Amino acid sequence: MKKLILLTLMGLMSFFSSFAQSSNQVEMADFLRSSGKIYVVVSVISLILVGFIVYLFTIDRKVSRLEKQRRNKL
Amino acid sequence: MRQNWWKVLGAILLLYSVVAGFLGDVPKLFILHETIRNLYFHVPMWFSMTFLYFISVVYSIKYLSSGKPEHDFMAVESVNVGIIFCLFGLLTGMLWANVTWGDPWPSDPKLNGSAIATLMYLAYLVLRNALEEEQKRAKISALYNVFAFPIMIVLLFVLPRMTDSLHPGNGGNSTFSDIDMDNQMRRVFYPAVLGWILIGTWVMTLRYRVRILDYEDKNISA
Repeated sequence: MKKLILLTLMGLMSFFSSFAQSSNQVEMADFLRSSGKIYVVVSVISLILVGFIVYLFTIDRKVSRLEKQRRNKL
Repeated sequence: MRQNWWKVLGAILLLYSVVAGFLGDVPKLFILHETIRNLYFHVPMWFSMTFLYFISVVYSIKYLSSGKPEHDFMAVESVNVGIIFCLFGLLTGMLWANVTWGDPWPSDPKLNGSAIATLMYLAYLVLRNALEEEQKRAKISALYNVFAFPIMIVLLFVLPRMTDSLHPGNGGNSTFSDIDMDNQMRRVFYPAVLGWILIGTWVMTLRYRVRILDYEDKNISA
């Protein structure tokens, strides 16, 4: 599970850095800079949301594991 | 993973509401401007709170007829998570009101009603902590909850509509359906509400499961 989270985070990072690289060049009408840069805000909030959901899933799995242990013990 | 489809659905709906909520078209209105997008985030907090309080009262009634401690746990954890949504609703509302109405807490019946409702549910939690004996605590707080829920509904959704309120749909104010003439806001708003309700319920079930584990722990060691 931890590897999976790391992988998704790394994937997302490379996704965003691929946009960042173009900033060295002359400023063109690239996607993340259009519409008053609102897409940047959308990306940031989406990232937080996805991270939060993944975190909730890890807690869920942990509780499930504890419940399983308990059932074996009883 | 099969029973978890609704958690994934909640996550997808929330993600959709963020993307569509920021990028979608909204009606151009005076004073509100872009802050009308707050509708997708502020209002679902209150709807989720109401939904969780509703689950709580259902389980309180169940507890009163069954006497099972599990039902009591479900009731209290629903209120615990509902309170969080309530606080988010209050804080986001104050922030929005400060910009739109010029005051974080204008004397508005809906605001004052929400303040009383919040205190009522905080009192529920205080009441629980004040009672030592488990069965007595569960029974008294379940009864309290049965009375608190209808009062909360009246304070938040009935009384403000009978007088003038700054909130849409109250008094002489235009309602939600007048604002979004071609329904473009509904397509984001309803998924957002459902998404937050699902995520809130998910957090509640997590707390409930931990509480059950804790309860069994105590019973095994005792």
